[in-house]
Amino acid sequence: MSQPSQPVNLSFDDSHDGLFAKGEEMELNFGPQHPSTHGVLRLKLKVDGERIIDCYPIIGYLHRGTEKLFELHPFFQNVPHTDRMDYVAAATNNLAYVGAVEKLVGLVVPPRARYIRTILCELQRISSHLLWLATHAIDIGAMTPFFYMFRERELILDLFEQYCGARLTLNCMRPGGLPHDLPVGWTDKCRELVEMFPAKFDEYEGLLTNNRIWKKRTVGIGILPPEVAIDYGVTGPMLRGSGIAWDLRKAMPYEAYGEVEFDVPVGKNCDTYDRYVVRMEEMRQANRIIAQCLTKLPEGPVMAKRPRVMKAGKDSEVYYGIEGPKGEIGFYIVGDGTPNPYRCHVRAPSFINLQSLPELAKGYLLADLVALIGTTDIVLGEVDR
Amino acid sequence: MSDEQDAKPPGEKPAAKPKPAHHEEDPNKPVWEKDPTAPEWQDGSSDPLAQALKEEFGDAIESARSFAGDLTFQVRRDAIAQVCASLKTKHAFTYLVDVCGADYPKREPRFDVVYHLYSFAANRRIRLKVMTGEDTPVPTVCGVWVAANWPEREAYDMYGVRFEGHPDMTRILLWEGFNGYPLRKDFPVEGIDTGSAIYPEYYEPSAGPVAGTGTGWKPAKPPAEPVEKPS
Repeated sequence: MSQPSQPVNLSFDDSHDGLFAKGEEMELNFGPQHPSTHGVLRLKLKVDGERIIDCYPIIGYLHRGTEKLFELHPFFQNVPHTDRMDYVAAATNNLAYVGAVEKLVGLVVPPRARYIRTILCELQRISSHLLWLATHAIDIGAMTPFFYMFRERELILDLFEQYCGARLTLNCMRPGGLPHDLPVGWTDKCRELVEMFPAKFDEYEGLLTNNRIWKKRTVGIGILPPEVAIDYGVTGPMLRGSGIAWDLRKAMPYEAYGEVEFDVPVGKNCDTYDRYVVRMEEMRQANRIIAQCLTKLPEGPVMAKRPRVMKAGKDSEVYYGIEGPKGEIGFYIVGDGTPNPYRCHVRAPSFINLQSLPELAKGYLLADLVALIGTTDIVLGEVDR
Repeated sequence: MSDEQDAKPPGEKPAAKPKPAHHEEDPNKPVWEKDPTAPEWQDGSSDPLAQALKEEFGDAIESARSFAGDLTFQVRRDAIAQVCASLKTKHAFTYLVDVCGADYPKREPRFDVVYHLYSFAANRRIRLKVMTGEDTPVPTVCGVWVAANWPEREAYDMYGVRFEGHPDMTRILLWEGFNGYPLRKDFPVEGIDTGSAIYPEYYEPSAGPVAGTGTGWKPAKPPAEPVEKPS
């Protein structure tokens, strides 16, 4: 076996910028049919070598005119439309919509329904974050976590299926309460899941949190300073990852959130890694909330007294926002005295958060862009509506 | 019970049961078993924020009302950027939640632009509304919050409301060249360019989905000769 005459230098010096920057700009199209865009996001990139100089998102490939559809149907029949916006977090979409309608007509929800809604929303938060983490990890190159997280997400979807018959498009809430009470044995299954989860979260963290490659790809990437985050109006884990402890569940408690204990995790370094840590901790807190709700779950009806045809008052308008898994999801509804909303606008967290992507991506490498799209946690169904 | 009914001569209607009083609710009933009481508009001009704004901008704040706890200001169109800047810097409304449009075709001017603001310090939401027409652009608030960029583009895309001074006043969800503004009340649900308008070789004139039919589909009159479909 002959030795190579010259020693081969296998080390990779990534501080050597000249490898990437060539001093000439190039325009590059990214998406819409790219596996890491999580749907149909298209980006027009301006790159210098591998470095991103500018990024211009082009959206609308999944626009279905949901806001127009809202105007065509009575208040009750609009709930399924909300499922199809953020299709991985249908329960929180439902809650934001029915909450807005309840505020518009002055309905008060019975306590049992409030608690069950809280449980459903927190299960949805865990399932949404699991899906986010699985795809975020696979985008960056970690294949294994995907299978682990989808294993547990499947169990949550089974619970949803037992409650309302659907796994993704839940349609599980109505203005005034819930369509039906929990099925027999549901709480026991939910409790089993809640007891199982902490060990599973440890398992995920064991795979990623101190993983050298994971840290190399996420620490210091996509820094969003707190003042910039507020200026861009980003909410949810994106905002908390930038160190601002603002959570609508704490700031304006709705449903049963005022009656349970939980912490709001915040990041320090405002980077992709911190947003990952925040979301991981949020899953643990969500688990904590579900456990408390299951213990406190009151008896009683799950539907308030409500008119069969619900009409909003003339010239009435409300805005109601809740903390979805991706940020503040809100509905602005205008009523005109008919059973249909006159105008229904959705404040979609993915849409607003995506706006900050050019700010995040500027100056980073093309390979980091995949991590940055992942960390904004967008669902194109909600961006385009 | 049955005795009473038997005692009555056949053919005569049984005495009507006293109707349960609908409006006399049991006061001990939990609130969710009572009829919902819809919120109503209230005057909000006594609110300290409303007074401060009124003092600073005078007539530009046309009204201050509140509905279901949300204070709503009607702002004159040309003053919106200054009002927003003042709210951001002096009253700590640092977070622009959303900007959206609304269409009231019977009114003149027909459009509303609605701004939702939130203050982290006061934990409070407010709403600003501006009336505008098709030809009167609204001053942009992109200079106050960067966040206004996309929502304003969306309002333009959906309603045709223009924003003056906006850095990139283009369509956002629909493509450039789309005919019409889809969220306007007079825009048909089926779209304008549909049916025979874009597939003349496939549909008879006015057949297929026809704009303005409201149902999305208007059956075609049976053509004299069967239309040849392209193979």
